[in-house]
Amino acid sequence: MFHSVQIRNLFLAPFIIWAGIFIFVPLIFIIWYGITDAAGNFSLENLAMIFQTEFFKSLEMSVLLAFVSTAICLILAYPLCLILVERAKSAGLIITLLFVLPLWMNTLLSTMAWQTILEKNGILNQFLRLLSLPDFTLINTQAAVVLGMIYNYLPYMVLPLYVALSKIDKSVIEAAKDLGASTWQTFLKVILPLSLPGAVSGITMVFIPALTTFAISALLGGGKVLLIGNVIEQEFTFEYDWNLGAALSIVLMIFIVLNMILTFAFDSSHEEDS
Amino acid sequence: MKKILALLIFGIFISGCSFAKNEDEGENVLYVYNWGDYLDMETVKKFEEETGITVIYDEYDTNESMYPRIAEGAIHYDVICPSDYMIQKMIDNDLIQPLDFEKLPNAKKYIGEKFFEQSRTFDPENKYSVPYCWGTVGIMYDTSVVEEPVDSWEILWDEKYKNEILMQDSSRDALMIPLKLMGRSMNETDKEIIEKARDMLIAQKPLVQAYVVDEARDKLIGGEAALGVVFSGEAQSIMDENENMDFAVPKEGTNFWIDSWVIAKDAENVDNAHKFIDFMCRPEIAVINFDHLGYSTPNIAVRELEEDEDWKNSPVIFPDPEVYESQETYKYLGNEMDRFYNRQWMRVKVE
Repeated sequence: MFHSVQIRNLFLAPFIIWAGIFIFVPLIFIIWYGITDAAGNFSLENLAMIFQTEFFKSLEMSVLLAFVSTAICLILAYPLCLILVERAKSAGLIITLLFVLPLWMNTLLSTMAWQTILEKNGILNQFLRLLSLPDFTLINTQAAVVLGMIYNYLPYMVLPLYVALSKIDKSVIEAAKDLGASTWQTFLKVILPLSLPGAVSGITMVFIPALTTFAISALLGGGKVLLIGNVIEQEFTFEYDWNLGAALSIVLMIFIVLNMILTFAFDSSHEEDS
Repeated sequence: MKKILALLIFGIFISGCSFAKNEDEGENVLYVYNWGDYLDMETVKKFEEETGITVIYDEYDTNESMYPRIAEGAIHYDVICPSDYMIQKMIDNDLIQPLDFEKLPNAKKYIGEKFFEQSRTFDPENKYSVPYCWGTVGIMYDTSVVEEPVDSWEILWDEKYKNEILMQDSSRDALMIPLKLMGRSMNETDKEIIEKARDMLIAQKPLVQAYVVDEARDKLIGGEAALGVVFSGEAQSIMDENENMDFAVPKEGTNFWIDSWVIAKDAENVDNAHKFIDFMCRPEIAVINFDHLGYSTPNIAVRELEEDEDWKNSPVIFPDPEVYESQETYKYLGNEMDRFYNRQWMRVKVE
């Protein structure tokens, strides 16, 4: 007979091997490239590059667009999820499914579909012209990139939020109302605090991919919106400067780690409270 | 370090095909690395039938993505088809070998002398390359929108055409335009001048609809934009699809580019590589590729063989000598200058 520990280790082995090959080793490679120069000597020059105008501006733009699209996702998702939990289980499930459905389609394809919708002679404008309305051309702007991010990442906000909201005990809300709280007060004092963990993980799940994307900005930005993801992609594929590309990736990772620390800090303080 | 990692990655990719490769060993093979959709595969089939050589054909989409794969030597390609400045870079870095023109009678006979002359910009002794396609860069414009005659790059700065302009998304092609407007060389190395050119592009950015590469074609055919900077090779096929479109080579001068066949330094099938290049220079083969591509050809016998009258008489494909004579060709300006150009272009894009 095996001891339970041995069995546990046995089941753990594939994951450890997986993590080693596909997470740990690549990370070491990236850090190694990031802190060396082309000749292989230790150097922080590439890391310092982020402060050069062209790189800093693209980072700034990425943070800004990711922030805006996360905020809009959050604002859109809250009322939606509140409606979903109100519904009967089956109806809520169907609506959730409809929401998640676009995730089954390739991101690139759905983003390219947006391209044909938003173009100057695209579907949207053809429709507007049919109604004799003036043209509305969004393509190749920052707004178009934000729209693409929201479309692609909204489900990642809806899912955790929906789960968090549906876990709230109905009797808690009834108690609040019983004690004379208005609908607004109930939301602010009861529903919002109880659903915050869901919102926080939603924020992480939207913010990080939005911060690192390069496909959405490439397709909907018309080359006029350069995000840090595009710069990194270019350093690796076009400039062939792996050291600089890796250094910029490290900078991006710092942002992601910061975001996760905030999430964890929030989660643990929240648990202590309750 | 880089080399080891690249080898590792390629190792994983090609391990699947390595068995097939082993079977070929010692056999009659040829590894060709060419631009995406840059010849009619019919001609490769004909070459295989005639010579019994098995061609392994791969494609790349930019000079820059091709270069590291050759430099790392992960796969030994024999024949490659880079552009002018990239050929110079490959000569400088000892990645391609001199050709034996004794084995290339068709190239000597049918490739126009003026194209070899122009090639001296990047291949000073005409030792390394045989021109395959060439062209210029110009402005494609929609005659139903643009009423004035187009003869200058100046029009790309005209406020009237806000959101109607497509620019090339590549540092050299983008900066070439303001450099030429200032009357400078497209191979400028004075950093102040290049920065000035950059500022002109930044000033132009609000008018630009998009920075594009291959998408320019579809957007112009679909009437998405009224003005676009395109390669002359694309121009004829755009005009075939959208009759409102016309093409002009601005008077300030433009890039005369040449893509040429070269043989890699570490090629293992040098003889076959020469056979392939020479085969592609044969007029009856060159015309098949010409029909497929619509790019201007340096092969002087092709125009006679072309059956499509529109193409045969096209001033875009077969321009008058004054259009391309005395035009510049890109030079490789060294790694440091290359980076400088790319940085300036990045500055334009983040504004």
